[in-house]
Amino acid sequence: MLIETTGLTKAFGGLTAVDDVDVGIEEGKITAIIGPNGAGKSTLFNVISGFHSSTNGKITFNGEDITKKKAFNIAKLGIARTFQTTNLFEQATVMDNVVIGHRLRTKSGVFDALLQTPRLKREERACREKAEEVLTFVGLQKESDRLVSDISQEAKKRAAFAVALATDPKIVFLDEPAAGVNPEETGGLVALMRKMVNNGLTVCLIEHKMQMIMELADHIVVLNQGKKIAEGTPEEIQNNDTVIQAYLGGGEEAADAH
Amino acid sequence: MDVLAQQLFNGLTIGSVYSLVALGLTLVYGILHIPNFAHGALYMVGGYVTLMTMTTLGLPYFVAMFMSILVVGGIAVLMERLVFHQLRHSPPIHDKIAAIGLLLFLETLVQLIWGADYRSMTTPFDDIVSFLGITVTTQRILIVVAAVLVMIALHLFLKKTMIGAAIIAMSQNREGAFLQGINANRVAMLTFFISGGLAAIAASISSPINLVYPGMGHLVILKAFVIIIIGGMGSVPGAIIGGYILGFSESLGATFISSDYSDIIAFVLLVAILTVKPQGLFAKGAH
Amino acid sequence: MSMIKRNRIALIFLLVALMAPLFTDNQYYLYIVTLSFIWTIAVYGMNLIGGYTGQLSLAHAGFFAIGAYSLGLLTVDANVPYWFAFVLACLITTVVGFFVGLIALRTKEHFFAIYTLCVGYIIYLVIYQWDELTGGVRGLIGVPPPSPIGPISFESAESNYYLVLAFLVLVFVFMKFLTESLIGRTYVAIRNSEELAQTIGINTMRQKLVSFVISTFLAGLAGALYASFVRFLGPEISYTMTTFDMLTYLIVGGIGTLYGPLVGTFLIVTITQSLQFMEEYRMLIFGPLLVFLVIFYPRGIVGGIQMWKAKRQFKKRQKMKRTSSTSTHEGGD
Repeated sequence: MLIETTGLTKAFGGLTAVDDVDVGIEEGKITAIIGPNGAGKSTLFNVISGFHSSTNGKITFNGEDITKKKAFNIAKLGIARTFQTTNLFEQATVMDNVVIGHRLRTKSGVFDALLQTPRLKREERACREKAEEVLTFVGLQKESDRLVSDISQEAKKRAAFAVALATDPKIVFLDEPAAGVNPEETGGLVALMRKMVNNGLTVCLIEHKMQMIMELADHIVVLNQGKKIAEGTPEEIQNNDTVIQAYLGGGEEAADAH
Repeated sequence: MDVLAQQLFNGLTIGSVYSLVALGLTLVYGILHIPNFAHGALYMVGGYVTLMTMTTLGLPYFVAMFMSILVVGGIAVLMERLVFHQLRHSPPIHDKIAAIGLLLFLETLVQLIWGADYRSMTTPFDDIVSFLGITVTTQRILIVVAAVLVMIALHLFLKKTMIGAAIIAMSQNREGAFLQGINANRVAMLTFFISGGLAAIAASISSPINLVYPGMGHLVILKAFVIIIIGGMGSVPGAIIGGYILGFSESLGATFISSDYSDIIAFVLLVAILTVKPQGLFAKGAH
Repeated sequence: MSMIKRNRIALIFLLVALMAPLFTDNQYYLYIVTLSFIWTIAVYGMNLIGGYTGQLSLAHAGFFAIGAYSLGLLTVDANVPYWFAFVLACLITTVVGFFVGLIALRTKEHFFAIYTLCVGYIIYLVIYQWDELTGGVRGLIGVPPPSPIGPISFESAESNYYLVLAFLVLVFVFMKFLTESLIGRTYVAIRNSEELAQTIGINTMRQKLVSFVISTFLAGLAGALYASFVRFLGPEISYTMTTFDMLTYLIVGGIGTLYGPLVGTFLIVTITQSLQFMEEYRMLIFGPLLVFLVIFYPRGIVGGIQMWKAKRQFKKRQKMKRTSSTSTHEGGD
């Protein structure tokens, strides 16, 4: 397992958003985390990526304990993530947004800027090359000079992927990568996620679009009210009574799921 | 013992004024997440309107105060409509800069119209009464009583009326409230009106024991910010309790430490609090 | 050649600034322009932390005053040699800035603005009340002018002008290098979204602290220059109103732009100083101007010009793409 959580718990005041969850994410596979709204999926992401500290439990990455690490250090280890709202800087070009993604692999500081050191020049070039590489990878090389505010929602999603990829990650966590994107474009994003895995990356995603999950994921983890209620292959999940119960209990969620 | 009692009563009067100012600030913050730096200028305008209505129009104190509530409340609503509403999708730094711009404008405008002199406000409440070994003017008693009455009225309004409940709902969850069919614009305008009205009342009751001048809002607003950080940004009871805490600390600090530095107590308190708890006391957990 | 071409605006500014004293004998004009250059340095500080890094600091008049009073007290009361005192003044401000930043930057957004506002007020109150040290309301009189460096002395208005200009050029070049480098981009990433910055591995606390410390250094440097230029210090330079003045310069010029502090400070300082009646009532115009700008032109004069140029360039490129079927990829900037 590339990432493994044991007994992971996160409580906000009286509310336990993630409750004693054991999840394993296998290297080179696509793992999906599903569940009704408020199931604790995003919180789980936030805790793993170091955004929130866990109340209890343990997270390991490649066997190394990362439970107490800060978000930026976790990113340096090779764990990248995207947000539901892409969080890109709308008033800057796609390239400018992506170029900073590689900053964590550079060392230049204020004095390098003051003295215009060769190291700074070298690292700036490296960041730019990396950005070009990942923009090509996600298929945005043509849009690289456009303002983020001028590109489509689907292109923004790709740009957010590119920022994450520029950090040279081993695993990418994608928070609802296909939200707000129409069905044809969803297909393109699915292909891109497959391409990422084929290039040796590990992908873990939260998604509400069930059809997409069932054809994409190798492994599915189902959360409900903070607890893990099931996991397995798409077939196993589709035939799992507890999962069906949870979704039917969710009412409107069940209708959305198809 | 008498000195202590006297200072405690002073703390109660100062605290009453602080609480009223902080209440207006916290209501606006709760609804729109704007730290309204111009709130101190509203307080100052409130003082002037009351004073000028009394001196130039010759109207009685309470009528002048009522006028002041209407005028300042109106200015606050205009601020919301013309400025903060326009900036609702802008980065948070813009709200703050706009609020500073409003503050500078109002202050200079008042200075242009009425001059920079320090003025005193005389009211019918300058009798001196003694009880429990302390001697105070009736104005100070009025401050305490008026503040409590206003707080009770505000409490009843927020708890018992539909629109009051809407203000509370919106400060807890903007979008949720919006979905349930609350007119967010109306709530925002009303909140600004109440906020301005509270500032006008606070200035009207405190001016007779202080002075009226263009910079009278500077310290008050800074202290009100300290109070709502102590009490929790957006919390109504927090603003009241925080106001009295600060009032008592200042009056006791002035007696037992030094009156030169009594103004600094609030800021030292704030620096200490934010050093230990960067989210402020009583911060709601992250979502 | 391309370096000259790329920096031609800056070079034109520099040329005009270098020649300016040749065209006027009016000492008062020179005085005002020198003063505006000093404030520009302080506004650059505010721009770095507020404009690029996105943390609105309202304590900068306080840091300016710490620099000014440090220099004043070290030279007047402690008889420290001028340039040594000058370096110490900058250093003292920077160290205070470091400790303030260490605590203040743990707070976010509104809390940071309120916190720094209060820090600024504390600095003012200390300067105002501690009259055995600072002279309180009476102020600090008789700050010496800069001591001669080799054969160059700084007695005349012209020599002071060139000294301040030299510092301004250094600060400008530093800001240009910094904001156009990867480090400046890192600050902008934090301004844009601190969440995202953290997830792409940026130690946001450390970066914000460095940015804040540099910004207080610049405020202190400006303060030290101010002290020996005006040669009298009063507590009002540390008052919140001074911070608000600086903020106005920044917003008018263009927050988060390289030329903004230069343009905004020069325009407003010269306009208010030349129209004396403006001095007292300037905020009647600048207050609404601030509001107007953040609603309609949040990036000020310079930001507005940049937007207009970017749009024009985009249109030109569209046109070129249409006329030539083979579009060439453009790298670098």
